[in-house]
Amino acid sequence: MITLLKNGKIYDPAHQKNGVTEDIYIRDGRIVTKPATTEKIDQTFDLSGKVVMAGAIDMHSHIGGGKMNIARMMLPEYQQKQLQEIKNSSDPEQHICTPHCSHHTTPSATDTGFRYIEMGYTAAFEPAILPINARQAHLEMGDTPMIDKGGYAMLGNDDYFLRLLAAKADQKVINDYVAWTLHATQAIGIKVVNPGGISAFKFNQRRLNLDENNVHYQVSPREILQSLSRAVHELGIAKPLHVHCNNLGAAGNFATTLDTMTASSGLPMHLTHIQFHSYGTEGDKKFSSAAAQIAEALNKNKHITADVGQILFGQTVTASGDSMMQHLNANHANPKKSVIMDIECDAGCGVVPFKYRDQNYVNALQWAIGLELFLSVEDPWRIFLTTDHPNGAPFTSYPHLIRLLMDKSFRNDAFAKLNLDAQAMSNLNSLDREYSLYEIAIMTRAGAARLIGLNDRGHLGIGAAADITVYTDQSDREAMFAKPDYVFKNGQLVVKNGQVVKVVWGVTHTAKPAFDNAIEKDLKQYFDRYQTIQLDNFKISNDEISDDGRGQVVTHQKNKE
Amino acid sequence: MVMNNSNYNSTQVNATCPACGLLCDDISIVSSPQLTANKACVKGVSFFKRAFKAPTDTLPLIAGQASDLDSAINKIVEILHLSKNPLFAGLGTEVQGMRAIMRLAQKTNASLDHMHSEAGVRNTLALQNGGWMTTTLAEVKNRADLILAIGTDITSSHPRFFERLIENTDSLFKQQPPEVVYLGTTQDAAINVENLSKLPEILNALNALLHNKKLQVTHVADVPVATLQSLIDKLKSAQYAVLVWSASMLNIPHAELTIQSITQLINKLNETTRAAGLPLSSGDGDTSVNNTSAWLSGYPTRLRFNNGMPEYDNHQYATSKQLADCDAMLWISTFNPHPPIFTKAPTIVIGHPDTQFERTPDVFIPVGVPGVDHNGLMLRMDSSITLPLKKLRDSKLPSLTTVIAMIEEKLSNEVSP
Repeated sequence: MITLLKNGKIYDPAHQKNGVTEDIYIRDGRIVTKPATTEKIDQTFDLSGKVVMAGAIDMHSHIGGGKMNIARMMLPEYQQKQLQEIKNSSDPEQHICTPHCSHHTTPSATDTGFRYIEMGYTAAFEPAILPINARQAHLEMGDTPMIDKGGYAMLGNDDYFLRLLAAKADQKVINDYVAWTLHATQAIGIKVVNPGGISAFKFNQRRLNLDENNVHYQVSPREILQSLSRAVHELGIAKPLHVHCNNLGAAGNFATTLDTMTASSGLPMHLTHIQFHSYGTEGDKKFSSAAAQIAEALNKNKHITADVGQILFGQTVTASGDSMMQHLNANHANPKKSVIMDIECDAGCGVVPFKYRDQNYVNALQWAIGLELFLSVEDPWRIFLTTDHPNGAPFTSYPHLIRLLMDKSFRNDAFAKLNLDAQAMSNLNSLDREYSLYEIAIMTRAGAARLIGLNDRGHLGIGAAADITVYTDQSDREAMFAKPDYVFKNGQLVVKNGQVVKVVWGVTHTAKPAFDNAIEKDLKQYFDRYQTIQLDNFKISNDEISDDGRGQVVTHQKNKE
Repeated sequence: MVMNNSNYNSTQVNATCPACGLLCDDISIVSSPQLTANKACVKGVSFFKRAFKAPTDTLPLIAGQASDLDSAINKIVEILHLSKNPLFAGLGTEVQGMRAIMRLAQKTNASLDHMHSEAGVRNTLALQNGGWMTTTLAEVKNRADLILAIGTDITSSHPRFFERLIENTDSLFKQQPPEVVYLGTTQDAAINVENLSKLPEILNALNALLHNKKLQVTHVADVPVATLQSLIDKLKSAQYAVLVWSASMLNIPHAELTIQSITQLINKLNETTRAAGLPLSSGDGDTSVNNTSAWLSGYPTRLRFNNGMPEYDNHQYATSKQLADCDAMLWISTFNPHPPIFTKAPTIVIGHPDTQFERTPDVFIPVGVPGVDHNGLMLRMDSSITLPLKKLRDSKLPSLTTVIAMIEEKLSNEVSP
């Protein structure tokens, strides 16, 4: 069967196509060259004047695993309230957001898949899979329809790694352990959260700076970053080490963030939700924007990529592996409740509800800092559009965020409504940049796919999976991106006019570099002595993901360049 | 443990034991010539013994009469088809079973409640009111230097807790096993109370002492204040105290407030040192059911579906409330042969083949026991770990998932009245 998408305006940055009018042919779920004239075209969509992009890819969104389930259990009132709020969005504190800016912060797995595909997103990546909790994360993602999934396994606070590092183990051993973890947890990347800090909190340390030692292991976050970034690089995984820096959310933390950029000695690293790590201490309130310094450093350091973690106003919940900093942040919980967990000498988590208010000085400035970063980082291939769902805002706010980036007058109107002290501390008004459709396509498609190493996604070239989103070109970019005309998943029409017309199940993307399995001997002994489950039960097989007939594991290899 | 059974093979297989929330996965089962469950505790042994003893070819019953699977499914579909307000109760199942049940509940607008939710909801209410700081089993094993067991001896409900986590076990961060202090009704409890209804007073006093408040009495619930003060001193000087409670033991009014007193104590301790809570579970898959419900619907149990949309209400959708209103009940208990709770409404039971009935249900379909007759997935009581349950023998009994899928298929073929 051949489908023809005719006369669309193609935005495909991977092939430098910036709004050219072209046809796309789809066969067996893939984009193919123009078939011979003798072949029958089964289905034609006339896309004259429509904007055509690859399906969008969210490279950082908390869609699976224990944290979100804790949030769901702790906050049932949100769902009920949010249903109402979406119906009559009149909360004065949300006046910057619009009905498209849904505040459904703790969606079920089903809703997650539906809301993503309705916006033209065809893949999302869970950035914080605790290796010990990986099976649950994959179960939740397995119950998430419509989109492709994948995740980054958290290392760097686990006892096994920290002991290797403390014992100055050979890098090869560490590489083997990192590769083994990728295989065992069915992940596509490695993440480190507050390097060494989650572990340090269990030993009653309350903050950990980049060059400060974890009291028990006597290793520093810098050493952890060096070791893990090198492992990821040497194993040849496409996705750079995903780094949630030390000192999340703390005033003055921009210095830590700048230092962190130097920790990998030039090897690639991705600094995630960098907005939460771009705070200075200037002004009367000792809280200021350091977006300019961070953006300047990002522009200079080509080995560093970042996603923003934009906040938007309204009620949300923050779910993080960073138990150390979330324990501090729990003082600002709204409503006043939080869950902090120490987990299996492996990791931790902290779930803290937040209500970001535009009349609150700190919140208003956080909003501005995120946008300052977006507008000041020059290379759209190295900055990614995220709200760190649900930590900054639910992912359903993306269309609103895109309009803020693409529409200066809309942005300035919103800015003018902020807390006045915050306005005085931000240069957002002086930033004239407006993102183009081409740049949005880089940030949300081509760049994300390239970063993660999804060779056949995020672009519209021959051989690519036919994950395609079609929009009507509207000056209201929020309305445009909220409701695509069509979304195709692997060549099948699944969304029409923003509504799901067919339910499909995506695949799970993984990376499985070669390694020496001799490491498993030592791991087996370690598990038998110190862990509370059997090593064999820690590992997740491909069959576990595909057994229900819906899921499928896809393994990616890094492009040889 | 040893029992006679000649039908099963003699190779040793590893098994995960679903008999309590510890979910021990170091069990090895040899089923021939005698069934042995190496390393299993008394609860585990009795679970495997009962499951293996149950015949694998038990027939479904319709009104007490032996029937076949298709006829039983037809009868169930007939009942559910007429029902406007079905109650799905018991819910003794694992993740895969709960996934199937959720789908059916959505299609039939059922309400959902677990047989042990009276206890589970106490924890849920505490969680929803203030949150908590908790820990997991490997942290207890490697890090805890003080265990405070509140209103529970732990062993009765979780028999291998001490063997696996406390005594004679290798530990990463400490030389000595932790000190264990009991606060409860047993004679050897360091803080001995007459009954658990005294716990609120004791915990309030402990919270006051931790806040450096001077108490105006010498005794609280007959416990000398000096004893309570010495416990506070211990908790403050511990590097990692773990406070264990069992919601199912707290059969006292407003137990959720007592649990909240415990979590407040933990929060305050964490201002200066480290401490964490460990709520014990009640079994029959309660943790798995609650978690699966949360990711599939957005809510933990208790909930119902209304026009396919989930609605959450801890009070309204309790089995005790729904029994009066429901016009059909589906009772599920696959790990243990728990008989259904009584209702006048038509009753369907899908459960353990060994289930004995006081009153004959309209339909009974015996199904395989997860982790013996078929594979499954289960969450441990600390919700941090999900482990596979493995099939250990060939069985003709269908799984709960299979039966629910058959019901679903037949139901969707029925024309709405």
